[in-house]
Amino acid sequence: MEILVCVKRVPDTETRIRIGDGGRSIDPSGVKYVLSPYDEFAVEAALRTKEGLGEGEVTVTTFGDDASQETLRSALAMGANRAVLLEGAATMDGLTTAKVLATEIEEMDPPLVLLGMKAADADQQQVGPMLATLLGRPCATAVAEFEVADGKVVCRREVEGGTEVLELDLPAVITVTKGAYEPRYASLKGIMAAKRKPLEKKPVDVPESALVVEALEPPPEKAAGRIVGEGPDAVAELVRLLREEARVL
Amino acid sequence: MAGAFQGIDFYDVDGLLDDEERMTRDMVREWVDDRLLPIIEEAYVERRFPTEIVPELGTLGMLGANLPEEYGCAGLNNVAYGLIMQELERGDSGIRSFASVQGALVMYPIYAFGSEAQKRDWLPRLQSGDAIGCFGLTEPDYGSNPAGMITTAQKTADGWVLNGTKMWITNGSMADVAVIWAQTGEVGDVPGIRGFLVETDTPGFSARDQKGKLSLLASDTSELHLADVEVGDAALLPESRGLKSPLMCLTQARYGIAWGAVGAAMACLDEAVRYAKERKMFDGPIGGKQIQQVRLADMLTQLTQGQLLALRLGRLKDEGTMTPQQVSLAKRANVDMACDTAREARRLLGANGILVEYASMRHMANLESVYTYEGTHDIHSLILGQALTGLSAF
Ligand SMILES: Cc1cc2nc3c(=O)[nH]c(=O)nc-3n(C[C@H](O)[C@H](O)[C@H](O)COP(=O)(O)OP(=O)(O)OC[C@H]3O[C@@H](n4cnc5c(N)ncnc54)[C@H](O)[C@@H]3O)c2cc1C
Repeated sequence: MEILVCVKRVPDTETRIRIGDGGRSIDPSGVKYVLSPYDEFAVEAALRTKEGLGEGEVTVTTFGDDASQETLRSALAMGANRAVLLEGAATMDGLTTAKVLATEIEEMDPPLVLLGMKAADADQQQVGPMLATLLGRPCATAVAEFEVADGKVVCRREVEGGTEVLELDLPAVITVTKGAYEPRYASLKGIMAAKRKPLEKKPVDVPESALVVEALEPPPEKAAGRIVGEGPDAVAELVRLLREEARVL
Repeated sequence: MAGAFQGIDFYDVDGLLDDEERMTRDMVREWVDDRLLPIIEEAYVERRFPTEIVPELGTLGMLGANLPEEYGCAGLNNVAYGLIMQELERGDSGIRSFASVQGALVMYPIYAFGSEAQKRDWLPRLQSGDAIGCFGLTEPDYGSNPAGMITTAQKTADGWVLNGTKMWITNGSMADVAVIWAQTGEVGDVPGIRGFLVETDTPGFSARDQKGKLSLLASDTSELHLADVEVGDAALLPESRGLKSPLMCLTQARYGIAWGAVGAAMACLDEAVRYAKERKMFDGPIGGKQIQQVRLADMLTQLTQGQLLALRLGRLKDEGTMTPQQVSLAKRANVDMACDTAREARRLLGANGILVEYASMRHMANLESVYTYEGTHDIHSLILGQALTGLSAF
């Protein structure tokens, strides 16, 4: 079975982010970029599905600039078979991204499309469901584990206090969360093999976006903590402050 | 504990690496954070090499990673190989030592001096970690001067008989195969030194753990005894010729050490900077005091020099022009740098610096072995002195 995984290049979650000039984007200098962690789960899920079925191909794709090639290579090093770079200026608008992906996916027509539940940078959780809508395919989000059999995919989701099981007809779109899919390390042989795997670059038309980023601001500095007293005598005061000031009780 | 290691890269050395090199480094870095750092303190205190990591070192391709793919290896360039050593030694010198011995001192001689049958037999299982190897050159009375070795190999009708003692042998007790260097002629006949692949279950072969170490505790260091060990003709490494052959292996291993030392120093500087920012004494963090800033600035400067030295050496190796003397310079300079960095980091940490919960003293103690093995610091001074003056001072 053909499985397509849509991935994104994002700043490493350990990187210290600075806001760039103009206050509408981050300053990319000195920022280390990685394959978004949720997308790693999706790649892992695709590889395990392929390995489980004993056949098929995993293609990874991203909408982004030339630098995103490195991100695709990371997924190839994990074991994906081939990559397609949809070359264009990526935006913060999930709908634009979904439209670009949908146009390509209609052409490729893979039965299963996987995405990370969200991108680790924007955290919007939009692209998966929007893509499914544009394609007119069923969608399950934040899936912890799934299994493909007989033209269907059975998905397990962790919901408040329990588990939900969904069955979708293929073709379908699934967004993946960590769940069962602790990503493998790319082996050194995998890294070397990735150099030789096909990576196709396709310039794409980027539809106009109806969304602009107005401002980005770093979170406010955390106020210093306060010691309200010591020993059992301080408990009453602590409880009062938690109730009246912090309002957490 | 600290979050994922971000590296120390004041001079954008990353910008000099290609995608594969960076990916290699990042993978090993993450592996060290996830798999090695959580267990190393305990292994160190228990004085044991953590054998549980060997299968993964193998499946991920970290053993003999710069040897060719046709024998199951990853076929990386030497810079990527060096970065693996850097990251492993950021974890612990004992783990880097394991990988160095396996790759540079066991797989390399089989690759360089072995028959095709020996290569096909051993390299795939050594790279996967299914078999472990050791390298026996040093003897009780022949350390810096292995030319004088008294371990002998005597020709028999259909093979060889080996006799002698090898000391300080990394991986010695857990090895499946030992690369033993022995004199096939008269003692002192330098061209008569040849290499043999001795399976450690051969009658007459025994290994004993070296007790009482205060350095490299998470590493197996052993003494090997060979008492009338009989091996077939197929045990000889056919292309090994004289002392030059083991010295070629040492060049490979020293190359990796030059990188590894950078990793150990990175771990120590990283720890020192974090600690300096958090530890408050008198009226503020000690990192805000001039003496500690000088200390950190010196560490950063030396480390950055060492990083660039290792990278340039790697590029020369990949171009095929690297000389053993250049390797001597980098081994000597970078290990010395790492020793200084570890000691200064330990001191900056005050009393906490003597605890195993912090890495600096572990690195400091480990690096004393690294300073001594693979040619002592002094021996590399003599190599460089000879390169400059043409005069031998050995
Ligand atoms: C932890 C550990 C692991 C090791 N692993 C291995 C291994 O796997 N395989 C292996 O074969 N060996 C191994 N060794 C041995 C190591 O390579 C030797 O210890 C090293 O070569 C030095 O030999 P030595 O200890 O006999 O010191 P010596 O040669 O006795 O040197 C003692 C001192 O004299 C100095 N010195 C020696 N000659 C001169 C000279 N001409 N001029 C001035 N100064 C001189 C030295 O620098 C040193 O300071 C290991 C050692 C250690 C500590």
